[in-house]
Amino acid sequence: MQYQFQFNSVLAESGFIMQGILLTIYLSVGAIVLGSILAILFSALRANGPRWVGTLVDIYVELLRNTPFLVQLFIIFFGLPSIGLRLTADQAALLAMTLNLAAYSTEIIRAGVDSIHRSQIEAGLSLAMTKRQIFQHVIIVPAIAKVWPALSSQFVLMLLASSICSFISVQELSGVTAIIEQRTFRSFESYIVATLLYLVLALTLKVGLLGLGRLIFPRVSGLSRVQVKGEAA
Amino acid sequence: MIESFGWPEFMFLVRATGWTLVLTVIAFFFGSIVGGAFAIMRLAQNSLLRRIAAVYILVIQSVPVLMVLFLSYYGLSLAGFDIPPLIAASLSLGIYVSAYLAEIWRGSIEAVPFQQWEASSSLAMTRGQQYRYVILPQALRISVPPTVGFLVQLVKNTSIVSVVGFVDLARAGQLINNATFQPFQVFGSVAVIYFLICFPLSRLSKHLEKVLHVGRTN
Repeated sequence: MQYQFQFNSVLAESGFIMQGILLTIYLSVGAIVLGSILAILFSALRANGPRWVGTLVDIYVELLRNTPFLVQLFIIFFGLPSIGLRLTADQAALLAMTLNLAAYSTEIIRAGVDSIHRSQIEAGLSLAMTKRQIFQHVIIVPAIAKVWPALSSQFVLMLLASSICSFISVQELSGVTAIIEQRTFRSFESYIVATLLYLVLALTLKVGLLGLGRLIFPRVSGLSRVQVKGEAA
Repeated sequence: MIESFGWPEFMFLVRATGWTLVLTVIAFFFGSIVGGAFAIMRLAQNSLLRRIAAVYILVIQSVPVLMVLFLSYYGLSLAGFDIPPLIAASLSLGIYVSAYLAEIWRGSIEAVPFQQWEASSSLAMTRGQQYRYVILPQALRISVPPTVGFLVQLVKNTSIVSVVGFVDLARAGQLINNATFQPFQVFGSVAVIYFLICFPLSRLSKHLEKVLHVGRTN
């Protein structure tokens, strides 16, 4: 192969690449925070709400887990304006990522909730805890602690899936890469640089979440983990 | 010309679904061969082989499939191949599948109790014989539910290949939407078709977990 690699013209765009990285981080962190809040809310509704609310949550989870993220993104970005809800590409991306992540996280947390033994809840009842206190102290926190590794890999997968937002011309890392590729005509080099940056981002997030888990749940490090795998969006 | 989303458009989606399934089968076929090799490498006695496999899996799992797709697409064309999108799509999805199946299958092999290794080695079996007659038959049973579950992820992830000009289900939806401007009907139908493929697979995976008694015990 007589190909001469030329990274100079790609690296000259480092400021622009940095903007893309920042947007990727913003979207991912935003989706992780909002998606987790939603997932905990959904789990609480499934556990304490009326039966039909639980069924609605289950339907939501199944619908989002069995359709591609790309199609969800298209429905939100192209569909919502036709009912009068106009979102920018960035907002649509954040919304789609949040809803997608919430569905997967709800399913993962469910495994943790299922693993809490009945006797724990009975113990809470015998201490005259309210339903809400039991959910908060006896169920949800230990449940999340147990499934933290699976949740972490799901968060990393969401970071990787954020690259798909470039399909609706969001200028996150893969979006700016596509633009740089058109400007410089160095396709292969552009995507090598972007791939390496994703690798660094994903590994940093992975290590960060591991540390965060140790920090938030120090007491449960000896607890048996529930085996759940994260699933690629 | 602005048309509306009707029967012919819907049939176009159904035909494109065929391509989505073709791609899924090809990627799964190649991915399982490479993935199986990496799963065995990951458990090899030679530490160099173990490390190579571990790095491969870590890197591919930490990089978006979209980047793998672009790298195969542009990389192959730089190498002088004039490549149809199907080849680039199969290659990149195959690489993606191999990394995930390698991890799933490594887990399945490790889930076979280690006494089985000891028992078979005390029968003077070689490592190849141990795998063939003792370990893999048991690991296979454990691996079926998560492998079927992963198929769901693969079907959904084929949707991104539209970016290199491959007309799969998602791309067909985009084309029709550009002509009709009826995003809810078009992408709603696309979502329903994906759901009709993926949901039965998800259920099957859960069902197999129960039937094969490999679910968690609690």
